[in-house]
Amino acid sequence: MTIDPITLTVIQSGLQQVCDEMDLSFSRAAFSPVIAEANDRSDGIYSAEDGSLIAQGSMGLPVFVGTMQFSTRTLIRMIADGRTIAPQPGDIYIVNDPYLGGTHLMDVRFAMPVWRNGEIFCWLSNTGHWPDTGGAVPGGFSASATAVEQEGLRLPPVRLFKKGELDPEIYAIICSNIRVADQRIGDVKAQAAALYVGQARLERLLDRYGDDTVAEAIGELRRRASRQMRAYIAQIPPGTYTSVAYVDSDGVVNEPLEIRLAITADGEKLTFDFSGSSAPCAGPMNSVLATTQSSVYLAMRHIFPDVPISAGAFEPLDIVRPEGTFLDAQYPRPVSGCAAEVSQRIAEAVFAALVGPLPDIVTAAPAGSSGNFALGGEVPEEGRSYVMYQISGGGYGGYAGGDGISNGCSTIGISKSPPVEIMEQQFPVLYHRYALHEGSGGAGTHRGGFGLDYEVEILKGTARASFVMDHGRFGPQGVLGGADGGVNRVTVTRSGQSFVPEHLSKAQDIALSAGDRVHVRTPGGGGYGPPEKRDPALVAEDVRLGRYTAEEAKALFGPR
Amino acid sequence: MTRTDITGSFAGIDVGGTFTDLVHYDSRAGRVKLAKVPTTLDNQAHGVLAALDAASVDIAALDLIVHGTTTTTNAVLERQLCKTGLITTHGFRDVLELGRRTRPHPYGMSGQFRPLIPRDLRLEVPERMLADGTEYLALDEDALRAALRQLVDAGCEALVIHFLHAYANPAHERRAGEIAAQEWPNGNITMGHALLSESREYERGVTAAVNASVQPLLRRYVERLADRLADRGYASDLLVMNGNGGMVSARIVAEEAAKTVMSGPASGVMAAAYTGRRAGIPDLLTYDMGGTSTDVAMIRGADPAVSHEIEIEYAMPIHVPMVDVRTVGAGGGSIARVNAAGLLQVGPDSAGSTPGPICYGKGGTEPTISDANMLLGRMNPDRLNTGAGGVTLDTIRDAFAARLGAPLGLDAVAAAAAVLQIATAKMADAVRMVSISLGEDPRDFALFAFGGAGPLHACAIARELGVPRVLVPARPGITNALGCIVADLRHDFVQTINRPLDLCDMEEVHVALAAQVAQGTAAVETERVDIAELKVSHSVDMQFIGQTHLLRVPIPDASPTREDLQKLFEEAYFRRFQVALPEIRPALVNVNTSVIGRRPEVDLSLLIDASLRKPTLADAQTSTRDVWFDGWTDTPVYWRDFLPASATLSGPAIVEQMDCTLVMEPGDVATQDQDGNLIVTLGPRP
Repeated sequence: MTIDPITLTVIQSGLQQVCDEMDLSFSRAAFSPVIAEANDRSDGIYSAEDGSLIAQGSMGLPVFVGTMQFSTRTLIRMIADGRTIAPQPGDIYIVNDPYLGGTHLMDVRFAMPVWRNGEIFCWLSNTGHWPDTGGAVPGGFSASATAVEQEGLRLPPVRLFKKGELDPEIYAIICSNIRVADQRIGDVKAQAAALYVGQARLERLLDRYGDDTVAEAIGELRRRASRQMRAYIAQIPPGTYTSVAYVDSDGVVNEPLEIRLAITADGEKLTFDFSGSSAPCAGPMNSVLATTQSSVYLAMRHIFPDVPISAGAFEPLDIVRPEGTFLDAQYPRPVSGCAAEVSQRIAEAVFAALVGPLPDIVTAAPAGSSGNFALGGEVPEEGRSYVMYQISGGGYGGYAGGDGISNGCSTIGISKSPPVEIMEQQFPVLYHRYALHEGSGGAGTHRGGFGLDYEVEILKGTARASFVMDHGRFGPQGVLGGADGGVNRVTVTRSGQSFVPEHLSKAQDIALSAGDRVHVRTPGGGGYGPPEKRDPALVAEDVRLGRYTAEEAKALFGPR
Repeated sequence: MTRTDITGSFAGIDVGGTFTDLVHYDSRAGRVKLAKVPTTLDNQAHGVLAALDAASVDIAALDLIVHGTTTTTNAVLERQLCKTGLITTHGFRDVLELGRRTRPHPYGMSGQFRPLIPRDLRLEVPERMLADGTEYLALDEDALRAALRQLVDAGCEALVIHFLHAYANPAHERRAGEIAAQEWPNGNITMGHALLSESREYERGVTAAVNASVQPLLRRYVERLADRLADRGYASDLLVMNGNGGMVSARIVAEEAAKTVMSGPASGVMAAAYTGRRAGIPDLLTYDMGGTSTDVAMIRGADPAVSHEIEIEYAMPIHVPMVDVRTVGAGGGSIARVNAAGLLQVGPDSAGSTPGPICYGKGGTEPTISDANMLLGRMNPDRLNTGAGGVTLDTIRDAFAARLGAPLGLDAVAAAAAVLQIATAKMADAVRMVSISLGEDPRDFALFAFGGAGPLHACAIARELGVPRVLVPARPGITNALGCIVADLRHDFVQTINRPLDLCDMEEVHVALAAQVAQGTAAVETERVDIAELKVSHSVDMQFIGQTHLLRVPIPDASPTREDLQKLFEEAYFRRFQVALPEIRPALVNVNTSVIGRRPEVDLSLLIDASLRKPTLADAQTSTRDVWFDGWTDTPVYWRDFLPASATLSGPAIVEQMDCTLVMEPGDVATQDQDGNLIVTLGPRP
């Protein structure tokens, strides 16, 4: 090695800065609120040889940790095999095929080579969650799809930009297959502009330090990130740690899906074995391999937040391909639930397995659902139709340092939920309540946080409600003697009659009209440690503040 | 633009975390006096009076005192708040606890959040407005009275009334306010819509809750201070700095107490804008580096960027107009460590002020940026506290050698140089991110360096950024207090329109703008302060339909045509994003007006006492010492106050003054202007 450690650090932060500027540029110029407000996007730099991740923006959604290296890797292989046309300078590929290293169809990726002296030095790629890519339901989260074709338009890697110009023919095909197509041009331009920003910044870095030095630094940083992850893994005593996590159902067949995980630590690396997990399912709760792998990565980064997001850091994480299970979905299995829900259940399994050996760092299970509730409606007298999305948080798990927070966001996201006032401005609905889901925090020495309790009424016209949530059957796991958090409860009141959907927190196209209501109570976090060891003053405080009734507290924490 | 110079005796006093700074400007005596005394945290008034006394200011002869206080900032950050109750719409009392569903850190599932008002003091009453402002459910006044009594009985000192959609129709909040005025034992009542008439119940509610829960504290503080000053014969109005960089009378400042949170950093940026304008450098990035934090702000055309959406800590948004000051790093106390990958990292952990860096001699053991400056001769080693319990350069050298040098294979000096190199790169990246997030290329600006540690690093950071010039003001260490002297009267207004541009009633737009001008002008006139000029500026917030982010576009006057707005927005959008979107229609979201009462000119050249100046540069040199610039270099050290009026200095050079050190690297050239600013033109990157 000839490169000095100081230059290494400087180049490392330089590469990080390139990605952060891409993230910033993408969000600021994007149209879709999912990207602009909720930051449901990510940008990164990938190696020219195999697409492995060099650096990724720090403001990207956690669900995208490491995902784009799989799609970039597939793209590079397809170009090498002649299955995809090779790039010219100025070309940008678009791809959203889940089976080619993706997530769900709504996560649309752009990839562009960075050219130096006529050769590809590396790739830049970004992902943005488009509000719609066609399919059976607006927004793409069909709870009852049984094949990917029902979920939307699937794009193989094609060059949407050729020599810097948008290909109007490909774009016309896309626009003809998606809803609210007229605003997509803003997102497409923003997504491409972010790559151009990254290219300009990266070229400046290369000009300053020299291509060879930067290339050498990238190799060395990869080795060192791997060393750093191994140093963290060394805290885990050698052995095998197991856990089980459940997805309520796949939305079509009302049976739980099981994630069985065995993590083996040997002091240097971790092996993740999901064998024994459920078979591929009929409904959209399948996970493609790339998403399964990313879910493990993001869980590990929640446990060790200091590790850089790079291929090197992932090297000591050996994920055995879970062939034959719903965590390695093949075409044409529907997958819309993988990024939003199954990924969080995989993370929960990782937490549950590692809280034993790492009790000071790992928390009990968080609510772990994105809480997707979509309402597509019409107000005929006003000649208007709309699609409303409500995402919501839930309680986090207790941990060695304290109670879990209430209404934390999904494990895989970092997005703000929409204000009630904005929802009521935009859609003909009235919220009757937006409150703590009382009693939902899992009991423990450190209890789980509380979920959210909201009830919304349709004021005008008719609408169809769809839900893709989870933890309706089993609450988020308590650990080390703690109790599970409260379950997700969805109740629909139609014409004065209340009912719970068959799949609990998953349902599609429930017909509603003015005066009908939807009541959602999201899960509480799991408890940490035995409840009877909780400080009695804290139990009394929770009762005084109405978080638990006195009876609940007695039942959960024991008589005092 | 010419202005008459200000006449009279003025004191600007800024209370910071560690020091209370004073600038006393006396136009009749043609003199400026400065003081720096320890901040008295229990009652900041003691420190204020101590500062006045330290500079021997005749308080009875003062024409004006302008005061920047951290009373409210500290109260919020340390949660030392007054007991406050909330009355809100039935079903929504938990909004302040639920937030907008995020978590404290992007990675890591732990962390805490404490709402400003505890659940048992958040009460609900039946009432409901709809989003369009129509009443859905009448206000239950009996329930309201009962809730008021319950909160009074619980011992609440301040009250928030926060109803859903009150920005669209405040009738229920107003009626509740009338009833509360009868039942509540004091005047500490904040209505959500009064402070911020915008949708988003969490942000509006938190802003109101912050206001209410610091209001009694601020009221008591300014009353006590005004009394103490009156006892000493002060007869004029006491003015207090607001976070928007304007000042407001102490008589009314507590009404909108939330606006004083973040006033300290705002006042420093105002001083920078003022100094830059006089120096003919109106476009600045400010770089304020102290021991525990580093703040960055942007100034265009001598106007600081203002934001309505500042979050002062996790999930603590305060949505009132404030100078957009971003905290980007930990300051001189940032700790350097070698991580498990064998890479040197600087920050984010900080030694803070206790124990502080090793060089403070207060028990710090981990190497920091300040210690690197000391070891490399950039800071004067004579200032080390080497007495009992103190430290020597050897202590610092040993720490660098053992903790950083050994794992990196470097000696102590090379390790310290590496710490500075990495810190510089990191700080430059952070400044760059602030700049581009505001849509500007940092290379179009000059860097304005202040705070105790700003001038130590500014030249290196500017070079890294490609910024061509650094402006070091005459008194970098008291910039916030200077901001109090030069601040203007300022009132900002926002009116929401929120309609597609082609459907806007332009007449309504013009009426709204005219009303804002009238309101602001009337407000300035009620304040008993001399102004030289009334300045009115307008802007609009626009977006393409479907977007959520807004772009603020300045407009030349209060009667723009639809075509003007379309064109100005498209131009601004293209300049910002390099994207043209002829396919999509724009919307006009807000129209804004700022009414600024500009005060007469302050002669900044008085900041350095001319009688101290030496005839030649050689006379101004106090010593030479070895300083590390890619190798030990025998470097001249100058005393700032001694520099001849039109001095030109070439780097490498060190310029020391009372509370601050400027490091000029080889190739840098500085000239001193008529106000005593040093304008450093950077040499090429080595």
